Amino acid sequence: MLTAHWLYGISACLIMIFGLRAALLHDSLLLRIIALNIMGTGVFMMLITIAYRGPDAAPDPIPHALVLTGIVVAVSATALALTLLRRLTEEQDND
Amino acid sequence: MNTTNMLFIDILLVTSLLSLAWATLTATDARRSVILFIAFGLVLTLAWARLLAPDVALAEAAIGAGLSGALLLAAVQHRPHRAVSAERLNSGMLDNEKQNNSNRPDLKSSVAIRWSITLFCIVLAFILIWALLLALSSETSETLAQSVSANLANSGVSNPVTAVLLNFRAYDTLLELAVLLTAVLGIFALSEERTGYLPAGPVFNGLVSWLVPALILMAGYLLWVGAHAPGGAFQAGATLAAAGVVLRLAGKRIIGLPQGSALLMNMILLSGVGLFLLVGLTMLVLGRPFLGYPPAMAGYLILLIETAAMISIAATLILAFLGGRPQNRQDESC
Repeated sequence: MLTAHWLYGISACLIMIFGLRAALLHDSLLLRIIALNIMGTGVFMMLITIAYRGPDAAPDPIPHALVLTGIVVAVSATALALTLLRRLTEEQDND
Repeated sequence: MNTTNMLFIDILLVTSLLSLAWATLTATDARRSVILFIAFGLVLTLAWARLLAPDVALAEAAIGAGLSGALLLAAVQHRPHRAVSAERLNSGMLDNEKQNNSNRPDLKSSVAIRWSITLFCIVLAFILIWALLLALSSETSETLAQSVSANLANSGVSNPVTAVLLNFRAYDTLLELAVLLTAVLGIFALSEERTGYLPAGPVFNGLVSWLVPALILMAGYLLWVGAHAPGGAFQAGATLAAAGVVLRLAGKRIIGLPQGSALLMNMILLSGVGLFLLVGLTMLVLGRPFLGYPPAMAGYLILLIETAAMISIAATLILAFLGGRPQNRQDESC
């Protein structure tokens, strides 16, 4: 196992857990959306760390493709969540 | 580069990522949190490049940091004075205002709950780190990666990531485009276009007039180069969408989307999934498996699908930034 695996693997887990904790504890829905994005980033980092095989070997392309798909799905989910939030705020203001 | 230098860079990247993530999540002001999130995305781009994932680095820079950042900033900018908090939703204040506000205990700020969530997260972190390190240290046979490199010559492209996305696992990408389409339909159903952008001043207009053509050119290049180097439909689509976002920020009405024709707009949004399905079904008719391209034609088919995908991804992301279906207003023009 490479040093990079240790460093990036443990950070990936920590970033995911930071995000999870904030998503559970934050009051503001906007901050929760950001927290979920950071949590997703932690998962992407785990996959990219697994794909890495040292400076001289070609990395595994399959986790890379998974993460690319994940980034695009995450941004569309974020966009939908933000639109839901905007609608919610409008409804609340109309009350 | 020698190992000590690399280790230094690794430690620098990892500590900045962890501290930026922590700062983003502990910021109480939404705008501050969003800006830290964008910075986090940019440092993350460097980490992906360091871990030899240039395709992911490009997508992260364009989508993760760039467009997500723009979406979040727009959400903060246009936020009314009263922010919706989970607290008020949970206590039912949306339906019947204030009447049961005082007699419900404040669950979120209860110390016991905060601590049990934190404890749960710490335990989960240990389990996760243990599982990941176990997975990393075990010797794998790597059969999937080997079969990718063995079949790369038949995929029609030489970039293994593009080969996986558009050929070997084309099914996933088809469904991903369907997810994008569903998201934009949800946005259409929920809300109307966000308005109120002011016309840009001369300096910003000057920037726009050279930035937008450069972005369009770069999108075309990324689309083309994806076949044999890092790039592809997603990065290109995001770059094209960035051109639309820049035009909208400059207060332009015409931002590259069809004006006044809902049918044309729907066609553009559908083109990614539609063309992908059409190619897949044509293969079925020709007696091949669904999306099983003949090796001689694969390169052209992938470029065709990626072009349509790029256009619908760009339109989807611009519409996500606008926040709804554009309204037709003939009285204004730019």
